[in-house]
Amino acid sequence: MKKQGFLHEFKKNRTLFFMVLPMMILVLVLSYLPMSGLVLAFKNYRFDLGVFGSDWNGLENFRYLFVSGTGWNITKNTIVYNLINLVTSQGLAILVAIVISELSGKVFKRITQSVIFLPYFISWVIVGTFIFNIFNYETGVMNNVLKTFGMDPVNVYSIPGVWPWIICIFNAWKWVGYNSIIYIAAITNIDTECYEACDIDGANIFQKIWYITLPSMKPTIITMVLLQIGRILRGDFEMFYQIVGNNGQLFDKTDVIDTYVFRSLLTNSNLGMTAAATLYQSVLCFIIIMVVNHIVKKVEADYALF
Amino acid sequence: MSNMATINSNKIKLTKSRIVFNIISYLLLIALSLACLLPFIMLISGSFTSEQVIRFEGYSILPKDFTLEAYEVVFQNPEQIFRAYGVSIFVAVVGTILGLFFLTMTAYVISRKDFKYRNVISFYFYFTTLFNGGMVCTYIFYIQYLHLKDNLLALILPLMMNVFYLLIMRSFVTSIPPALIESAKIDGAGEFRIFLQIILPLLKSGLATIGLFLTLGYWNDWYNAMLYINSEEKYPLQYMLYNMLQKQEAMAQIASQAGMSVENLPTNALKLAMAVVATGPIILLYPFVQKYFVKGITIGSVKG
Repeated sequence: MKKQGFLHEFKKNRTLFFMVLPMMILVLVLSYLPMSGLVLAFKNYRFDLGVFGSDWNGLENFRYLFVSGTGWNITKNTIVYNLINLVTSQGLAILVAIVISELSGKVFKRITQSVIFLPYFISWVIVGTFIFNIFNYETGVMNNVLKTFGMDPVNVYSIPGVWPWIICIFNAWKWVGYNSIIYIAAITNIDTECYEACDIDGANIFQKIWYITLPSMKPTIITMVLLQIGRILRGDFEMFYQIVGNNGQLFDKTDVIDTYVFRSLLTNSNLGMTAAATLYQSVLCFIIIMVVNHIVKKVEADYALF
Repeated sequence: MSNMATINSNKIKLTKSRIVFNIISYLLLIALSLACLLPFIMLISGSFTSEQVIRFEGYSILPKDFTLEAYEVVFQNPEQIFRAYGVSIFVAVVGTILGLFFLTMTAYVISRKDFKYRNVISFYFYFTTLFNGGMVCTYIFYIQYLHLKDNLLALILPLMMNVFYLLIMRSFVTSIPPALIESAKIDGAGEFRIFLQIILPLLKSGLATIGLFLTLGYWNDWYNAMLYINSEEKYPLQYMLYNMLQKQEAMAQIASQAGMSVENLPTNALKLAMAVVATGPIILLYPFVQKYFVKGITIGSVKG
């Protein structure tokens, strides 16, 4: 019965089927087929035997990943960074969106909005250049400024503790323009009558923001948070790699799952263990987003992602 | 009378809080704007500073002197940089055109209400954002089974499809009244012809928006080049820059091409000058294209 349904539909809309086919094949080849490589997580990979020819070794790779301590450390780092980045970058974007929507100077607003959107347009390689320009020990701007104030230069690269801050600041910096556009769109949709009613009741600007703007932004904020939570175990590889690079001294504080995976790929060591890390990351991400979305759906169906 | 008084006092209260709010707001926005602009200013001023000054005094926020030394080296042997520009432009143009065409066609089909499997197909695409094979499996598959090593296709194909762009495009297509499609059908036009001759011309701003997103993605990509491209003549601009920043050998090569010894090379300014040359086009185009990105992000933020 169902098959007939498909055949019927296929006959009716044959051209439409052919029109989606190219993209479907592309995604099949580039995204779905590589997933089969995840079986490596249960194998002892040898290049000469290939992905499917290598021997099985059960859960050995997972055991090794966590016994060595690496698994815990990179999981912890990934989650901590994502939580900090979630709070700081979304918080800043919400603040900026509210402020821009409330101010009246049109030219000033347009210029600042353009300027804070600028970092989104440049590649992380350029951001890496900025970092070099600011922080490098011998010639960096920061040490130069410190010297003019008569202070001793600091070698930031030997203090792992400051890197979470640097990463979090640059992350917020790069995304604030992009995210604030989303929140500004949400604010624009608020009914102006709400504000007028507020004015009549004599509320001040802070009360208006607290009682009207923020609650009206709730659906957008929840969507953004959900999207970020779905990626809580994924590190932004491009950012971490360009900011930290191959600076072994900092790995303890800055290594996330994705940079760890990349390094094993680079040195071609322990690909089985790396695949185990990837599988563990992908499966957990999938479960987390499904569970959180399910809960949100139960509480407030409109706010769910899907 | 008392009513009047409360309204008046409200007005005064309102102005006071408003002033506080405005001061905070302006300070915040100005500080943030400076934070966004300063790295660019420092980059540019560093690239115009002479090597002597950088070595002894370091980079400064505003330029202490002005010299074109670094740019002279960059353009003394422009072959390398022009080739990297060529690769980047080629990849961006081909990828954007192909991606835009197939993406729009897909978006059109999954926006058709009378197409029964549109939700299944949408989920087929969406699922890849929830679950994927990750860097290692993808890398091994691309190299061993698709033989993409050192092939420009490795730069083009992975960035052609993006679920987020697909959803934005679907919103653009949905805004076209379905009656147009119906009447074209009655006139006997085939599905593909409807798409080409009726839908595409009506999607100008959607095409511009997604086209720019795709182009920016290609232009800023260095990750795929790092994984898949071996030979230097296929390096796109961003990866060439990255390579230059990271590897001493790259500097030595530039020195030999420019007929200088590495010690005489303005290494520190050169790195920044290269970054300026690589970012230039984006900054120049930015004022004109910005509004399309704002539009795309705004549409993408509304759940479809």
